[in-house]
Amino acid sequence: MLGNLTLSAIPNNPITLGASIFMAMAALSIIGALFYFKKWKWLWTEWLTSLDHKKIGVMYIILAFVMILRGFSDAVMMRLQQILSVGNSAGFLPPEHYDQIFTAHGVIMVFFVAMPLMFGLFNLVVPLQIGARDVAFPFLNSMSLWLTVAGAVLVNLSLVLGEFAATGWLAYPPLSGIVYSPGVGVDYYIWALQIAGVGSLVSGINFFVTILMMRAPGMTMMRMPVFVWTAFSSVALVIIIFPILTASLGMLSLDRLLGMHFFTAGFGGNAMMYVNLIWAWGHPEVYVLVLPAFGIFSEVVSAFSQKKLFGYTTMIYATVVITLFSFLVWAHHFFTMGAGANVNAFFGIMTMIIAIPTGVKVFNWLFTMFRGRIIFASPMLWTIGFIFTFTIGGMTGVLLSVPAADFQLHNSLFLIAHFHNTIIGGVVFGYFAGITYWFPKIFGFKLNERLGKAAFWHWIVGFFVAFVPLYILGLQGMTRRLSHIDAGTGWEPLLYVSMAGVVIIGIGVVLQVLQFIVSIRDRKKNLDTTGDPWNGRTLEWSTSSPPPFYNFAIIPTVHGRHAFWDMKYGAGEHNASHYEDIEMPKNTATGFYIAGASFLLGFGLIWHMWWLAVLSLVMILALLMMRSFDYDTEYVVTAKQIASIEGERNK
Amino acid sequence: MTTETLTHQKESLRPRRESADSESKALFGFWIYIMSDALLFASIFATYAVLQNNTFGGPSARELFSMPFVLTETLILLVSSFTFGLASLYAHHHNSKNKVLAWLLVTFLLGVAFLAMEATEFTKLFQEGNSWQRSGFLSGFFTLVGTHGLHVTAGLIWMSGLIVQVWRRGITTTTIGKVGTLGLFWHFLDIVWIFIFTFVYLIGAI
Repeated sequence: MLGNLTLSAIPNNPITLGASIFMAMAALSIIGALFYFKKWKWLWTEWLTSLDHKKIGVMYIILAFVMILRGFSDAVMMRLQQILSVGNSAGFLPPEHYDQIFTAHGVIMVFFVAMPLMFGLFNLVVPLQIGARDVAFPFLNSMSLWLTVAGAVLVNLSLVLGEFAATGWLAYPPLSGIVYSPGVGVDYYIWALQIAGVGSLVSGINFFVTILMMRAPGMTMMRMPVFVWTAFSSVALVIIIFPILTASLGMLSLDRLLGMHFFTAGFGGNAMMYVNLIWAWGHPEVYVLVLPAFGIFSEVVSAFSQKKLFGYTTMIYATVVITLFSFLVWAHHFFTMGAGANVNAFFGIMTMIIAIPTGVKVFNWLFTMFRGRIIFASPMLWTIGFIFTFTIGGMTGVLLSVPAADFQLHNSLFLIAHFHNTIIGGVVFGYFAGITYWFPKIFGFKLNERLGKAAFWHWIVGFFVAFVPLYILGLQGMTRRLSHIDAGTGWEPLLYVSMAGVVIIGIGVVLQVLQFIVSIRDRKKNLDTTGDPWNGRTLEWSTSSPPPFYNFAIIPTVHGRHAFWDMKYGAGEHNASHYEDIEMPKNTATGFYIAGASFLLGFGLIWHMWWLAVLSLVMILALLMMRSFDYDTEYVVTAKQIASIEGERNK
Repeated sequence: MTTETLTHQKESLRPRRESADSESKALFGFWIYIMSDALLFASIFATYAVLQNNTFGGPSARELFSMPFVLTETLILLVSSFTFGLASLYAHHHNSKNKVLAWLLVTFLLGVAFLAMEATEFTKLFQEGNSWQRSGFLSGFFTLVGTHGLHVTAGLIWMSGLIVQVWRRGITTTTIGKVGTLGLFWHFLDIVWIFIFTFVYLIGAI
């Protein structure tokens, strides 16, 4: 009945137990508050079943913020372990627990922080920027969100029931095979990623179609805002690479469940095939995450330099070139595999070449700032911090792309410092800039600037204090994922410096939480009544803040790259307020239920409860079938209703 | 006429994209899904190509497969694609609901026959001791062919739903759109099978 699930699955070490109790209390207090304030119905009808892309975007970002706190605590624990576990001391984490923590840190940060932040921002911004009322498939959009949530819940559940993978974030076989990882950890990993991965793929298709088919009249491809272009490239990559992830994790689970021999050490399996496949997904995935950040910087740098973006066309070409080249560099993750000098030379050179379009972008941003009247608001600070940090990360990347150097630095802390340099400096700073920049559009008030700036300074100073020591340690030969350090190595002092950096970043995180609390408290002081707080150029600023649920009462007609700028200052015509009836999607809980059933499916497969797996699979099929039989999925908003809403707004 | 008015005219001729109806969005979105599904198969094909000689002392492709059997299987699937094509054609005619239903039913039965043959082949291999656990090559074989089989199964479940919808609602814009998307899926599976037939069975027989 319960498969492999027994009472012994409940962890008994104090740290995990503490985390479980904390999680349970947080969940209980939220549930309690919902009962106390009688908000269940509101939550269900206004949020959980909503198909409004703006609300779905907000929920994605909430998920990311919850998960970043967990990913960050993992980072703090790793840093602590490395300064405590020196010489005779074993630190506070047993090795098998430490291994789970660094695995969870990577998995959570990539799949359940960066990806939800990215899809959250796509949801918030892309339809508004292209002048659309919604995405192409609103129901699938809601389903994607809840599938991502289901994956995140599985990862968190592994804390309370059983264990998480102890294999590193990409779960290389044969270590992740059933022989060396007999527990449920790798299964949690596989099914959390498979379920969330389906969500990402469907969301990718959704935005691809939205951008190609739902742009406002007159918005040709070369008139799209840069963020839309980068989103487009990013989802094109998602569509191409996520099937590879699905296939490789699928084959890994067949090895584990059915005793197949894809990646096993014997019976003709080939473990390096997995490493190739997973990086054919993994390297483009880096660009999936960072390209939208480049788009955000392009929007921000133009708004706060009070100039149009320098070199729009080159920016687009650079984006597309990066998109294509991202498929030609995957083997640089394993130069040490032994593919031979020619293969390594090819991938090394391709890796160096990809720095060129990135350099084009950096110069475009710099030239945009050149002779602009720069406003040093917090989104702009994140952008300047990014240019500085990311350039350093890019240069150490080119250094690592030399195969001969890589043989020395492979899997060292130098590599860790390098990719945190690009991911924190690029992706994290970018999404923070984007959230600060578009926050007033979604909620109608600006975030507190003082705390925002303070958070930025803590993040960037903390970042360098935390990661420069890791560069040095890497050069001294310290490898990644060490749970114990020999006293004779002399690495301790630099690890202490790195810990201090994490503390500074931690203060930055606290300041960000404070920023949200203070901003919500003082929202009346920072109201955005114009809908255009930064003197923007693109269409999202042409509607009110927050936008009505239908976004635009009249779909704007676009005559140039700076659609809203033209409306404000140029020749763009002013639409007479003649409203027409519009169709909007009805709310539905089907996506939520499908994700719930997928969660049960994953749970059943992890614990070998076959009846549950079969039952939930049938449930998923039935729900899909029911949705397909439902022909009544839209409702009409009449011109009269729109007129009254718009009249209210213009008062 | 100034250039500005010219560009304005050009724009007004451009179709109003936001009015793209839901059928064409669904069809285009489904095309994109097919592309990505093709990449899923490509990954498994690539793995099969790497593993196909890793028989680990077990039987190789040449010793295992019966070509007349596989050829029959292939022809059944190809014919089912043809019959689906007839259903799609009739979906655009007037008063042809029954013909659409009939051809969909024929397609469905052919699909079932194909799956039954595949199941027979799998059972035979399993009983002879050549299961997916025997070698890396057989893991690849069962997974590649099995993934295609699972897709066909999904297509059949979907087809049963579609048959009920056409039967209840007749030929409408929506049901025509749905016949179109399933048709895309069905023909796609046919193409994938041709690759499997070539790379697994034909080349394997050499």
